[in-house]
Amino acid sequence: MSDTALLDIQNLTVEFATRRGTVRAVEKVSLTIAKGETVGIVGESGSGKSVTSYAVMRILDRAGRIADGTVSFGGTDLRTISEGAMRDLRGREISMIFQNPRAALNPIRKVGRQIEDVLIEHVQATSRDAKEKAIGILRQVRIANPEERYHAYPFELSGGMCQRIVIALALACKPQLLIADEPTTGLDVTTQKAVMDLVVELTRERNMSTILITHDLGLAATYCDKVIVMEQGKVVESAESTSIFLKPTHRYTRKLVRATPRPGITLRDLLPEEIATPPIAPAPVALGGTPILKVENLVKEYRRQDASGGLAKFFGRKSDQDTSAFRAVDGISFEVGTGESVGLVGESGCGKSTTSMMVMRLLDPTAGKIVFAGEDIGTIPARRFAGSAWRRRIQMVFQDPTDSLNPRYTAARAIADPILRMGEDTGSGSVRTQVEELARLVGLPGNLLDRFPHQLSGGQKARVGIARAIALRPELVILDEPTAALDVSVQAVVLNLLQDLKATLGMSYLFVSHDLHVVRLLCDRVIVMRQGRIVEQGTAEQVLEAPKADYTRELIDAIPHPPV
Amino acid sequence: MLSQIARRLLTALPTLIGVIIVTFLLTRVLPGDTAAYFAGPAATPQAIEEVKKKLGLDRSLPVQFVSYVEALAKGDLGASLSTGQTVVKDIRTRLPASAELTLAGLVLGIVVAVPLGILAAVRQGSWIDHLCRVVATAGVSLPVFFSGLLLVYLFYYRLGWAPPPMGRLDVFSTAPNSITGFYLIDSLIARDFETFRAAFAQLILPAVTLGMFALAPIARMTRASMLAALSSEFVRTAKASGLSTRAVIVTYAFRNAMLPVVTTLGMVFSFLLGANVLVEKVFAWPGIGSYAVDALIKSDFAPVQGFVLTMAILYVMLNLLIDILYGVIDPRVRIEA
Repeated sequence: MSDTALLDIQNLTVEFATRRGTVRAVEKVSLTIAKGETVGIVGESGSGKSVTSYAVMRILDRAGRIADGTVSFGGTDLRTISEGAMRDLRGREISMIFQNPRAALNPIRKVGRQIEDVLIEHVQATSRDAKEKAIGILRQVRIANPEERYHAYPFELSGGMCQRIVIALALACKPQLLIADEPTTGLDVTTQKAVMDLVVELTRERNMSTILITHDLGLAATYCDKVIVMEQGKVVESAESTSIFLKPTHRYTRKLVRATPRPGITLRDLLPEEIATPPIAPAPVALGGTPILKVENLVKEYRRQDASGGLAKFFGRKSDQDTSAFRAVDGISFEVGTGESVGLVGESGCGKSTTSMMVMRLLDPTAGKIVFAGEDIGTIPARRFAGSAWRRRIQMVFQDPTDSLNPRYTAARAIADPILRMGEDTGSGSVRTQVEELARLVGLPGNLLDRFPHQLSGGQKARVGIARAIALRPELVILDEPTAALDVSVQAVVLNLLQDLKATLGMSYLFVSHDLHVVRLLCDRVIVMRQGRIVEQGTAEQVLEAPKADYTRELIDAIPHPPV
Repeated sequence: MLSQIARRLLTALPTLIGVIIVTFLLTRVLPGDTAAYFAGPAATPQAIEEVKKKLGLDRSLPVQFVSYVEALAKGDLGASLSTGQTVVKDIRTRLPASAELTLAGLVLGIVVAVPLGILAAVRQGSWIDHLCRVVATAGVSLPVFFSGLLLVYLFYYRLGWAPPPMGRLDVFSTAPNSITGFYLIDSLIARDFETFRAAFAQLILPAVTLGMFALAPIARMTRASMLAALSSEFVRTAKASGLSTRAVIVTYAFRNAMLPVVTTLGMVFSFLLGANVLVEKVFAWPGIGSYAVDALIKSDFAPVQGFVLTMAILYVMLNLLIDILYGVIDPRVRIEA
């Protein structure tokens, strides 16, 4: 590591023209990155971490502009050079990799050609040797069969593969600086590890500097030399990554560090000290009594999508693909005890969501039993389940707090929805009083009840979703990654809320998640799924501290381990 | 690929059968008595009966339908009572006239609208964006017979640049040997440049009239889908990789924005082909639209049935063509098809 700064940002201020006037997204941010150094920029949504990088690249939206400050790259002032000169630097000297890799690639152009585009643009290849070079780069990012993959379209590749292609695009011209903007958000934990390891290896090899922009303090501390914490457009702390977890100095960093789920803590430890109350003693329920939910040999098969549809069959032509069905869930059995929370963990495509949809009775199983409170509810067809008396006893909190709320319903109307549709006259007052009581339970201020979803924050919307799910006092609540879309500090609050509600109301939870730390904090028992089957189940401690299955161990190892 | 096309054509069969049944019934239930019309105003009831018998209209509907389908199977669409020709022959001469005009109008529309839409999206909020909006609004709000008449008034009557709006060729030229039925192409094949020039001169004004109408939806759709493509994440990646503005706009944004544009093109084309009656009337264009309308007014079944059936077949072919184009543009469609 040399002392000369490759990138030197001083007092950078970025403004956006919005309908409500000018908004400062980034305010007087200064940071330097030395050659070969890896710096993490950490912050929650709205902290200005991505905008900072877009400003460096000069690819801000139309509404955004650099209002003040200097950005100097290897001695060149990036603010004053012409657009043509800047275009020349992009991709050749500074390049970027993005969140959501599949969307970051041109969906209708072969990935090999996209790499060629960059190579030819920056005169790193001629049209004659471009293909050969593109394949070479694919090989460098560890893509198996690069000659074949050259011809693939993004939709034919997995998320992890797409991110490798994006990395290949970014590194094709051997730039000096790589900006990685949430490169692994939305990827599975094992894929995240593979992608991050690859980035680190390739950038080390080339002695490149890297900026890693992430919301995950653990990830930044694991892979970076230095971590910069941003809050509301300002840098609040800058420290070596070895010390950031041990002695965070700024109030906000301390809050972030506390809110990051990690081994050896309880849910209450996630909350800032000021507001952490002692845990609520669980309502007395006979644990170990009859399980509320018993799933036996549950199977969900899908017919393989195949091109020859109805007419071909009509004309008596047989397709050989028809015979094999894809088993999304392949004969699994488990129980959820009364008052228990069970975590269903696995990577994307493992069948955990399909399982939860079947238990929720939104999807019909191909085979197997779903015994709820002693009755096989799997026999009631999913499309008639909503009309049955069972519906109110199993409810769900959905993954995306925004998308799962009707944008034209106020918070109060959303919470009242199940009461209006299925509630009986319990004599406990009007619907409005019930809604207010629910809002109080989930900690949603009463004055927000008449707002629409777009006027609420992510955490507030999550509370509305939870209030709606518990409105009819269900016995089983299915939580489908309820905090995946939330910032860590909000996640900490929501997880604690869920824990307290369970203790107060005596519900059972089936918690679907990909995040082992979160599952451990909230759940009594954990079920690990892979390719439609259960690979391991046991108490949360057993599974996480002493995993028996290799796959579970692999999952646990893939979680970033910050140097503590 | 071929089997896919065959399969698509098979799925169109029920549609065509439906069209045959519906047009048959529809022409029978429409008010107006064909026999009475053709027997003339002074005909006696006996004479009308005579005509009815001759046309087979005295038989029951199912019997009429069976004989209609039988004739259809032999490629016989019946004869037009007003022109005295077989419907097949009429359509064969008139469909190319309409198709030539419509295609010319559409090509003109595309050539202006697509670049205009792209520019409007790339320079959102600039004068070209406003121009695009004005042109598009004018294109839809001016009725074609009005803009057609306006063009005739200006370029024929006032300036005298255009030939009289009297059909596909002026009186001094003779139609080229019919190979494709498109005068422009046929005259080129025959190396008859004089006729080509004459046909081209006749075509300009009606094609511009249609083009003005076709322009609006195409320009708006191009602009909208370009805006969506330009704000997409892969365009950001392309920009961040330092690709040239041209590559970003053409290779990355526009190719992705083309799908909705192609859909619109198909809709505009099929709409223009059947609905340009007014333009055909204004320019005395011997097209299929005016043919069908004339036949309908005279309660002349056979041409109306023939027209609807031809249109249905054309729509099916057009949709097939658009689906194939989709597959060429977007590899994801190829898999799902």
